[in-house]
Formats: sequence, C-alpha cells, structure tokens
Amino acid sequence: MSTGPRNNDFTIRIANVNGTGSASANTLLMKSFFRMGIPVVGKNYFPSNIQGLPTWYEIRVSGDGYMARAGRVDIMLAMNAETYQKDLADVAPGGYLIYDSTWPRRTLLNREDVTIIGIPLARMCNERFSTARARVLMKNVAYVGAVAALLDIDMEVIAASLDKTFAKKADLLADNHVAIRLGYDYAQANFACPLPYTAQRIDKTSQHIMIDGNTAAALGAVYAGATVGAWYPITPSTSVMDAFASFCQRYRVDEKTGRRNYCIIQAEDELSAMGMVLGAGWNGARAFTPTSGPGISLMSELLGYGYFAEIPAVLINVQRCGPSTGMPTRTQQADILACAFASHGDTRHVLLFPSSPEECFYFGATAFDLAERLQTPVIMLTDLDIGMNDWMVPELNWDDAYRPDRGKVLDAAALDKMKSFHRYLDVDADAIPYRTFPGEHPKGAYFTRGSGHNMYGAYTEDSNEYQEVVDRLRRKWETAKSYVPGPAIWYSDKIRTAIISIGSCDGAVIEARDRLLESGIGINYMRVKAFPFDEQVEQFIEAHDRIYVVEQNRDAQLRSLLILETDTDPAKLLPLLFYDGLPINAQGVIESIRQDQAKGKAKGKAKGKDKGVAA
Amino acid sequence: MSFITKPAAVHPRSPKNELGLTIRDYEGGMSTLCAGCGHDSVTGAIVQSVFELSIPPHRMAKLSGIGCSSKTPAYFVRQSHGFNTVHGRMPSVATGANAANSDLWYIGVSGDGDTLSIGLGQFCHAIRRNLNMLYIIENNGVYGLTKGQFSASADLGSKAKKGAENQQPPIDPCRTAISMGAGFVARSFSGDKQQLVPLIKAGLSHKGFAVIDVISPCVTFNDHEGSTKSYEYTRQHFHPALHADYVRPSEEIRTQYNEGEAMPVTLHDGSKIVLRKVAGEYDPTDRASVYSHLERSQQAGEIVTGLLYYNDGLKEMHDVTNVVDQPLSTIDHSVLCPGNDALQALQNVWR
Ligand SMILES: Cc1ncc(C[n+]2csc(CCOP(=O)(O)OP(=O)(O)O)c2C)c(N)n1
Ligand code: SF4
Ligand SMILES: [Mg+2]
Repeated sequence: MSTGPRNNDFTIRIANVNGTGSASANTLLMKSFFRMGIPVVGKNYFPSNIQGLPTWYEIRVSGDGYMARAGRVDIMLAMNAETYQKDLADVAPGGYLIYDSTWPRRTLLNREDVTIIGIPLARMCNERFSTARARVLMKNVAYVGAVAALLDIDMEVIAASLDKTFAKKADLLADNHVAIRLGYDYAQANFACPLPYTAQRIDKTSQHIMIDGNTAAALGAVYAGATVGAWYPITPSTSVMDAFASFCQRYRVDEKTGRRNYCIIQAEDELSAMGMVLGAGWNGARAFTPTSGPGISLMSELLGYGYFAEIPAVLINVQRCGPSTGMPTRTQQADILACAFASHGDTRHVLLFPSSPEECFYFGATAFDLAERLQTPVIMLTDLDIGMNDWMVPELNWDDAYRPDRGKVLDAAALDKMKSFHRYLDVDADAIPYRTFPGEHPKGAYFTRGSGHNMYGAYTEDSNEYQEVVDRLRRKWETAKSYVPGPAIWYSDKIRTAIISIGSCDGAVIEARDRLLESGIGINYMRVKAFPFDEQVEQFIEAHDRIYVVEQNRDAQLRSLLILETDTDPAKLLPLLFYDGLPINAQGVIESIRQDQAKGKAKGKAKGKDKGVAA
Repeated sequence: MSFITKPAAVHPRSPKNELGLTIRDYEGGMSTLCAGCGHDSVTGAIVQSVFELSIPPHRMAKLSGIGCSSKTPAYFVRQSHGFNTVHGRMPSVATGANAANSDLWYIGVSGDGDTLSIGLGQFCHAIRRNLNMLYIIENNGVYGLTKGQFSASADLGSKAKKGAENQQPPIDPCRTAISMGAGFVARSFSGDKQQLVPLIKAGLSHKGFAVIDVISPCVTFNDHEGSTKSYEYTRQHFHPALHADYVRPSEEIRTQYNEGEAMPVTLHDGSKIVLRKVAGEYDPTDRASVYSHLERSQQAGEIVTGLLYYNDGLKEMHDVTNVVDQPLSTIDHSVLCPGNDALQALQNVWR
C-alpha cells in the first residue's frame, strides 16, 4: 500500500497507561473525525486491569467507510514510555511517532523511516495547571490539540464537542479548551502542519451514530419489552446490563408511583442468573442474561433444561478470548460450538450472529420473539470487538407497529373454552406446543420438568413416549429454520469462489473483497446470521467450488458447524482463521486468499486436497 | 414403591374450605417414594395446610430441585404449577419466577443434599434477597435418590447403613438461615403433623423467606440404629422450643392461654401466629440467643423444633427492587417500549 499523502485514510494509535483518564480524550479525537463527516473506526485494546498497565486506542479514519481495524499504524501517539520500543516498531514506514518530549529520548527513538515528533506535553501542562489530577488529565487533551494541528482537524468541531461533553461542568470545560490550545499552538509553532495525512470534511456520516454493541443490545432488549434481567458481572458483557439499567431508569419507571416496570437482579453467579431467567420466562416475562465464555460454561446445565422443558430465554454472549479465563479483554468468536450445543444430551440452541452494534439492536429484539415463538433459549453471540468498541452504524429506527410475538400462549379465555390442556402436545403439527402462564387459569396448570416427560407433560421413563418428545424437539428445530434470519449474500453466478463468514468479520471481509476485486479476483460472499442454517446456506455452499470460511477462532468452529449441519464436501471449505485476540483486519484475509489462489493456479486448478490456510 | 390407590369418590360430607373445595382437590399424583418415607408425610401436611388456607390451587407455584424430596411437588396440589428444576438450583428459578410475578403463592421443596451441598450458595442468596416464599427442606441426612451417601446435614458420628461413621460436622440449615438473615426459621418432624401443619401455614403466610427444616427420615438408607436421622432417634431427641398455633385472618384466637405464656404475632395478611412457650426461657425474636440456644442443644444431641426464629420487620425482595405489583408479563408493550420518537431523541448522544 502506498505511503504517500493520504487524506481521510490513515490510522492513529494512542499508547497510554490505563487509569490515566485518556478515554474521553480519545473519544473526543475519534468523534472529531466523525463530526467532520468522515467515517471512523475506534478500537480499544485494554488490559484486564484497573490501573497502571499499557492500553492502546486506535482510530482508523476511512473516507471509504471501511469498518475493520486497519492493521497498520500511520501515526503513533506514544504516551507510555514503557512501550515506546514496541510502539515505534509498530509504525508503518513513512509514518510518525509523537511522544512527550518533556523527557527527550533521542537515542531510543531511532527509526529512519519514521518521523519523530516531540511535544513537551507534561511540561506545558505542569506549568499551566495547578492540581495533580488536572495535569494528568489535560495532558491527554493537549495531545488531541496537537494532533488537530498536525492533521488539520477542524478546531470548531473540537470546540463544539467539548462544549457538548462538558456542558454541565464549567471549570472542566475551561481547562479542556486551554489544554486543546496548548497542544494545538505548540504543534503549529514547531512543525510543518499539516502532515501528509489530513482530515478533510466530507459528508458520509450524517444519519449515522457511533455506538457500541452492548449499549445497542441493551436498547434492543428494552424495545422488545424485556422486563427481567439477571446477570453476574463479567468482561466484556458487563456494560450490557449497565446500559439496560440506565435505559430502564429513564423509560421504565412509572411516573406517578415511582415503581419499576422491570426487575434487574445481580445474581450470585451465572448458574443463578440462568435459573432466574428461566423462572421469569416460565412466568411469562421476557427475561435475559448477558454473559461471556466462563458464564456460558456455568449456565450449561440450565440451558439444557430450558431446551428440554421449552422455556423462552435470551442470552447475550459477548465473546472473549478463551479457553478458560483466557484473555478477558481480547476478542474472539470461539464460543460458537459451545453455544450451539451447550449442555449434555441431544441439546441444540438457536443462535444469532450480529455483525455490528446495529444488528445487536435489531437482533436484540428479534431474540425475544424467537425465544417465545420457539419456546427455547436463544443465544445472541456478539464479541468484545462489537460489544465494547464504538462503531459507526446507520441511525437506529423502531417500527412503532411492532408487537411482541409471544408465541403460542393460551390465556384464560382460551383455556376456559378448552376441555383440557396438555403442555407438550403438537396441536398444529409445527412441533411447537402451547404454553400457559402460571396463575392464569385452573385449566392451565402443568408440571415443568427436566426429567423424561411425555407429550402430555407427565413424567415418563417409557422409551416410546420419551422418544416422541425428543423427536418433536428435532422437528421444532426444523421449524426454527423458517423463523431465524437468513444469511446476507453477495452473489454472482459467474464466480465459483466464495467467502463464508460470521459476525464481526464482516467489515474485514467486505474490504478484502474490494481489494481482491481490484486485483482481478472476484469472490462471492455469504454472512450467516443465525443457527440453525436455513436452506440458502446449503444452496450457497453448493453453488461454489472453493469457499474460504473466515472466522476468529483456532478450531474453525463455524466451518465445523457447516460440515455438521449440511451435506457439503468438507474439502471445499477452507478455514481462514484469526485468533490472536485482536479484531480481524482485511489484510490477513487478503493475503491468505492471494496465497491460496496463487497456489491453486500453480497446481493447475487442482481441487479437493487442500488443507486450507491458517492465517 | 408404594402405590397407594386413592379412592375415586369424595365423601359427600367431607369438609369444604372457603373456596368450596375438599382436601381431595389439593392432592396430587400418586407417590412413588418408598413406603414409610418421611417425605410422604410432609406431602400430606402440605396438602392439609394449603387446603385449610383456601389457596386457589392454580395460584400456587411449587418448585423443587432434584432428589426423592424434590419429586414430591408432583404429589400435592395437582392443579398448581410445578417446576422441578435441576439439582440445587431451585432458589434461583424461584427468584426469577417471583421477579416476574409476585402475586402467586410460592412453595419450594428441597432435600438436605439439594439445599446444603450443591445448592448451598443459592439457598443462602435467596435468603439474602428475602425472597417471598416458603422453603421446605426434607432433611434425612442422606442422599436418598443416589442411594444413601452422607449428606451435609449428617451429624458427627452418625452411622451409615453399612456402618461407616460420618466424620464431618453437619451444616445446620436453621442456623445457616438465621445467620443469612432469614425472618422465619422453623424446624419440625415429618412424624409430627400437629406441629408441622401450623408451621407450613404460617410460613406460607409470612411475607419474606420462610424456611422449615423438616426431619424426614429415609426408611431405606438412614433409619437404622446409629443413625441420628431415624424415626426412633428423632422421636427420642425431639424438643419443641415453642408451640406455634396458626390463626387465619377470619378466625378468632379461641384457645385460652395463661398470662405471659403466649405471644400472638400478626402477619401481613392479618393472620396470626400464637407462640406458646413449652419449657424454659426462649425468645424467638432474639437472634443471638436463638442462635446460641441452637448451637448448645445441637452439642447436647437435642433436636430443637418449632418456630425457632421470627422477625417480620424485614424488607422482602420486591420491597427492595421496587417493582410494580402487576405481573410483568401482563404489562402492555406500549408501556414497556419507549417508541421511535424517543429512540430518535436518544441517539443525539451518539452523534
Ligand atoms: C448436577 C447433578 N449432580 C448429581 C445429581 C445426582 N443426584 C440426584 S439426587 C441427589 C442427592 C439428593 O439428595 P437430597 O437432596 O438430600 O434428596 P433426598 O433424595 O435425600 O430426598 C444427587 C446427588 C444430579 N441429579 N445432578
Ligand atoms: S430412598 Fe429414602 S428418601 Fe428416597 S424415597 Fe426411599 S425412603 Fe424416601
Ligand atoms: Mg436427603
């Protein structure tokens, strides 16, 4: 890729120490591009720690609107002396490194292909601000000012952002304005501003917002009418419940009585959180729990219960790096199989795979409809990248005509007319039985159990009776295929090569396809949005000879699931795997596919025996 | 298994409760427990209590974990809503159910294994939340359903059927419940319906978490010589601390009590528990003295029974969460959903 002057196409990485209050300065910088109409990507790489460890924030400015991590750094803001060496090494040739020259480091920072810019941030802030806290905080704001000068960011936009953020904190607002100018003026006075990288106002962000997936998922739950949330704190899912609580506080408190139209329970662990969700779902409330990998492991027994006893439940699994505790603040898509089959026995679960915060919102609502329609737990699998990073997405819209699909529920009037009610009878031949809410009507009573039961809901150890029920559950699984969202497909019948991917890989795949097309490689694309796979998934696979399955785990879990659930020849599914814990970028996908294509040509289009390529 | 076939016809003169129902209307499926199992007697006491309280069967949710004891909700109040959860997790399911609808009668049945081993955490946390339910532990000192291993309530030195002695100290559910902050803590014996029925009625009427530890012998695995949870041993070491009479809101206190001997406590629904001293000084409202009394008597090998501790001044879960009384499932979506206008306004913060 060229390293020449680039407008609206560069990446800034800010290296910092966590716990120093840099987050708001970094957001300020990121939002400045957004407010100049330039699409932007913000990624936070933070440690599982509260204070004192290295943390990085990366801002990709992409006039073309690409949503993945760039995979290169043009401008490094090296604010953490501990990581100077690594940070310098990470700058792309022709790039810049900005550091705090209060403590000059001329000998350490020597790379000929990188320009070093020293700004005495600490010294300027120490001279200008009196309290220790302000000195630390304002250093962050000052570097935003310096970057604004160096990249020609509109200072009016920055000033307006500050006014908006600190509208209610007058003294902080004043300090921020001062600090911005400190950095800005120093850079203007000492360097040839702007650098060959500049931000230029365009109009590609109107009707868009910057939002993280956890907030969006929580909002989806609010709009779907979820009333019970049970949870146990775990990174990176915690902010789902934080957001749900604050939205509920805002929208769900009865104005007259002050009483709440929702109930949030912080459970003692994830087993309990799952039990609460089942109890509430059984009682007719829309209930959910957000969690992450270790929580899914703990919830497994009750998830199987929910499947077998047919109780609606919604889980939001914000995936992080496993196995075990793994890397809690790094991203991965490695719970696909664990969630698909969570629990012992012939258990399988409906899964949703949003690719962005936008889909977190819409799927966040869909999940409840599916759970109640299908009377089963539904797991929405997002990941840390979607959940905790701010993404630019189209503004969210809600159809006010929406009514929750409560599925097959018999109310008192319906029960009154019935001779008798049996919980697990397949009355409509779609394998979905009717349910009742406790307390509704004397005829609605039934016994819920995880032990063997027959179609009437009675305990059984009779082979045939048992099998009738589990066979129906399998048929219900087939029914589910017609309810879950189908895949997104980009298809040309002239092309026999394709990518299948999932969730947060989407941005990198879209970008990779564009780049590959530029070099003459056209590739079709299907993004699966749900499990069970509907028939389009199988058709798409059939229509291709060579398919790269792009996903973020070591063991090719999506590919395994495709092989398990379709009649495809495994040999044509090539795994493209990314599992270092960082959000996927296009470059890795492009390189792997180029290599494979080159190999394919060399072999004269030999088919079938490839093991694929692990990136 | 005991298949006690129940006569189909109801005696025309069998008494009716306020709902016009007879006790037969509160029975359940046929028990499949061993003949003589203490749990069946507890089932009988529950049937009688719920009948006498005139609870509409379908307004009751009966939950349990896993074990012989946890099977019993299938054997009482047929027309109530049963939820036989997984091993040790009934409290969380009951919590969620209660969060969604506080307007049902909640009764949980569990075993000593289900509550004190695998489910100890959930038991304690349900108490901390002061979940509004009656929680009955059918305590036999063993895991009945997995064939007689010692449970966490087995006393030091108690002997297993094959002779092995239990070497670990027991967990006393009553002292555990008291230290976790339960407001209604009782102990009884499956063989003493006289004592048990008023306790169940009071426990159901109590607002908040009520726990009754019922010694309920396992005739198959823990009813032999050397066991401290046998019928024989329990009868010999049974010490009622207080006698509790339960008086419904519509009834009057009829029994004559001597001055200073009885203490009536009024429950939130207007019913009363009249506590009567049986022997010595015992104040069921003084947490510290109750606790040490229980500790001392356990060391002496006594099984203290009755309503051991009572405190009606605690907030239950719903008072704390401040959730509306209406079942959450019945709130109209238009109330729950802020709508598109609100969404558009909200999004300003993300622009
Ligand atoms: C997760 C799990 N582990 C183990 C079991 C096996 N199990 C079934 S019942 C039981 C013990 C029940 O003991 P208790 O609660 O005292 O009931 P009892 O049978 O004595 O009435 C065990 C260990 C299970 N069902 N689930
Ligand atoms: S094994 Fe013991 S606890 Fe289980 S039913 Fe038989 S007597 Fe009761
Ligand atoms: Mg037991």
